[in-house]
Amino acid sequence: MSQTEIAPMAAGSPDRLTGLKTFWHYFSVNRGAVIGLFVFILLVLAALSAPLLAPYAPDVQDKTAFLRPPAWQQGGSTQYLLGTDPVGRDILSRLLYGARFSLLIGAVVVTLALTGGITLGLLAGYFRGWVDVAIMRVMDLILAFPSLLLALVLVTILGPGLFNAMLAIALVLQPHFARLVRAAVMAEKSREYVVAAKVAGAGHLRLMLATILPNCLAPLIVQGTLSFSNAILEAAALGFLGLGAQPPTPEWGTMLASAREFILRAWWVVTFPGLAILITVLAINLIGDGLRDALDPKLRRS
Amino acid sequence: MLRYLLNKFALLIPTLVGITICAFAFVRLLPGDPILAMAGEHGVAPARYEELKQQFGFNLPIWEQYARYVGEVATGDFGVSISSKRPVLEEFKTLFPATLELSFFAMVFAMVIGIPAGIFAAVKRGSWFDQSLMGTALVGYSMPIFWWGLLLIIFFSGYLGWTPVSGRIGLQFFFKPITGFMTIDSLLYGKWDAFRSALSHLVLPAIVLGTIPLAVIARQTRSAMLEVLGEDYVRTARAKGLSAARVIGVHALRNALIPVVTTIGLQVGTLLAGAILTETIFAWPGIGKWMVDSIFKRDYVVVQSGLLLIALIVMAVNLIVDVLYAVINPRIRAA
Repeated sequence: MSQTEIAPMAAGSPDRLTGLKTFWHYFSVNRGAVIGLFVFILLVLAALSAPLLAPYAPDVQDKTAFLRPPAWQQGGSTQYLLGTDPVGRDILSRLLYGARFSLLIGAVVVTLALTGGITLGLLAGYFRGWVDVAIMRVMDLILAFPSLLLALVLVTILGPGLFNAMLAIALVLQPHFARLVRAAVMAEKSREYVVAAKVAGAGHLRLMLATILPNCLAPLIVQGTLSFSNAILEAAALGFLGLGAQPPTPEWGTMLASAREFILRAWWVVTFPGLAILITVLAINLIGDGLRDALDPKLRRS
Repeated sequence: MLRYLLNKFALLIPTLVGITICAFAFVRLLPGDPILAMAGEHGVAPARYEELKQQFGFNLPIWEQYARYVGEVATGDFGVSISSKRPVLEEFKTLFPATLELSFFAMVFAMVIGIPAGIFAAVKRGSWFDQSLMGTALVGYSMPIFWWGLLLIIFFSGYLGWTPVSGRIGLQFFFKPITGFMTIDSLLYGKWDAFRSALSHLVLPAIVLGTIPLAVIARQTRSAMLEVLGEDYVRTARAKGLSAARVIGVHALRNALIPVVTTIGLQVGTLLAGAILTETIFAWPGIGKWMVDSIFKRDYVVVQSGLLLIALIVMAVNLIVDVLYAVINPRIRAA
């Protein structure tokens, strides 16, 4: 597109900056991605400043205000903007604190899955042979189970709870990273720059981590973003089924679970936590789409 | 073709072995003693404990236990449910048609809307329709379906009162299953009111379960179609003066459907995972709800065998997709 206009402008600056500029150029073409990023930043800020923003502590119960409707509805008051839940807790405050859990879940799960996936994928793609076969057969096996079912069973073994749920989800999402890295490593391994590094005397570890890996990053970043939103969804699903974060943790899925029996009486206890999940996941998926456009040269609109 | 299939079968063997190892290991990985875990909250008397230990073979070396387990599974013995005292396979057989029916209608819903919408969006690329469809698809793809189900219940069952909240069919209807599909069985018996009841129970769960596949299929169809529409043979077909409908419907669509079929096949795992949530919300008596209930009842024999059976189904479906893929795409066969 306007790459030719940018190139001379950035000619004097260091390479990294040019890269970032090009990246932002392609990323910002996608309006949805920019909106997603904006919403995501707002969410991070909300999560960080939850104690300042939230009108109440997430577990404070007001025994005079069970199932109070949101402010704009008959019977609601500005005291509880989004209403209260069946035990009189302020839903807005719980949602704000819940953002911390969702973002934490995403970050921890992606970190775990990335670390595991990169290690296994690098080993499989670099060494091939029986290492490759062994690792990839195990990955196939994990993918043979529906992800939520496997996560459920793992949590049954590990015991319910937020941390175990994160571990289980990370394990379930990890094969996608391993497959990606392996494929990328195999494609890169015979390239000239790798051969050159090898001839120059680079060891296995250096070749794997310093030479090959940085050139496989683009698909990993995209997959990482998608896994971030997947992790939030799956953790919420586990929480909803009663096997993730345990009450009274203000995790959004757990909040939905405890609101379930009131759906026909109090729509707000069900609507808002789910809406929070949807908005978060949607924002991250929008970013993911934008990243794919910006990082994948094949899909770039030239 | 035969070689391709044999190769596919050969690749299945390690997965098959792995699946049985996972199911076998599950009971043994549970915290605490496997027999006590399987006995549930009531516990067992010491004499009965020894008896059970013998019966399940927990006193044997681990590899012998595994061989025994595989032998049992291979002969169709999946154990007896602790809570219902019925053979697990029998329970599975009565519950699976419910999941199958739900998944089938969810998939029909997803394909009937997703494929035409994707084609139309590709043909009218960049239009108002295209943009709003892709936006909607992304929302659908990001949807926490357990919440989506609750919302639909609030609106259609609670507010409008159109559909029942849970179950598969009105309690007043009872008939011996023929196919196991309530919608088909009720028609076979010629009971129209039962059919209506079954259908009204089915609509919401099918929509909920079909939402993510619908979003994925619409996106995939659109991008596959866009790719194909830029190909030379499509231009040639256009240049020959063929009607737009023929070019799109025959020349482009046939090739665009190849990746779509794969996508549909890959959605089976998603469907079964989604069935766990959908069935729980709508109290739909299928295998997803069965698994969740069994986990909470600590009926680990059911969980173990359910895990195995579900993995086998996913594997079988993936194999069918691979075969179908080879049938519609000759290039694969040669490779």
